[in-house]
Amino acid sequence: MSSQGPHEMASPILSVLGMTGVTVDHTELRLPSRLEAVAEGATAIADFLNRTGVSEEAAFGIDMAVREGIANAVIHGNKLDEAKLVTVTVTKSADTLEIIVRDQGQGFDPGAVSDPTAAENILKTSGRGIFFMRNFMDEVDWTVLPEGGTALRMIKKL
Amino acid sequence: MAELNISERQAGDVTVLDMSGKITIGEGSVALRTAVRRMLEEGNKKILLNLAGVNYIDSSGIGELVSSYTAINKDGGQLKLLNLTQKLQDLLTITKLLTVFDVYESESEALSSFN
Repeated sequence: MSSQGPHEMASPILSVLGMTGVTVDHTELRLPSRLEAVAEGATAIADFLNRTGVSEEAAFGIDMAVREGIANAVIHGNKLDEAKLVTVTVTKSADTLEIIVRDQGQGFDPGAVSDPTAAENILKTSGRGIFFMRNFMDEVDWTVLPEGGTALRMIKKL
Repeated sequence: MAELNISERQAGDVTVLDMSGKITIGEGSVALRTAVRRMLEEGNKKILLNLAGVNYIDSSGIGELVSSYTAINKDGGQLKLLNLTQKLQDLLTITKLLTVFDVYESESEALSSFN
């Protein structure tokens, strides 16, 4: 796994408006598609959240969501093919944390995911990952990438 | 260091599995699955999972608890949960599983509840 440390950058749009000095922290991880990558990625992101002053309460929920997102990318997106990468980018501004998890898989239809709390699904042994993501983050959406693969985007308001 | 440590003890005809660590995708979930499968093979059908030391669980871990529950019930046995942390209780609440499992805060009450 390789990661860049967080670096400060002024938003180009805010610079034009004369509002420079806004701090944005950013980090990017590239993870091989194996189960161990879930903990590796979550640990790296937890370090980033700690360094950038995110509250423990928010960090707990973000950690839960990130683990589910990376697990889905590794297992369902990249089918545990270690030759394929999961890329995670984390961007933090003063009041928002954005996490994007990209896989190199065949694409994903979020509409096809069933509700794990429905009576007919309650005793199923899988299918709760997306439910957790939606519970712990404020926005969750997916984009099929033109180059192939899926980008999961999660936003947490801080 | 193992992700999930499980030690086993008998309390009458109930097997108590004292667990500590994480029940997460991969090693932790597999450890729980293996332990429960062994219980069934040995004919132990009254199982109490002591989760006091479980500091983390993900959706796979929740799935493994459900899988253990259904496997034991299917075999005519009972599986109950003891000493849930607040976070685990919250996760079982949001997934609407808190009412599916029998959950206890006292070991003596839990043991008495087995038929």
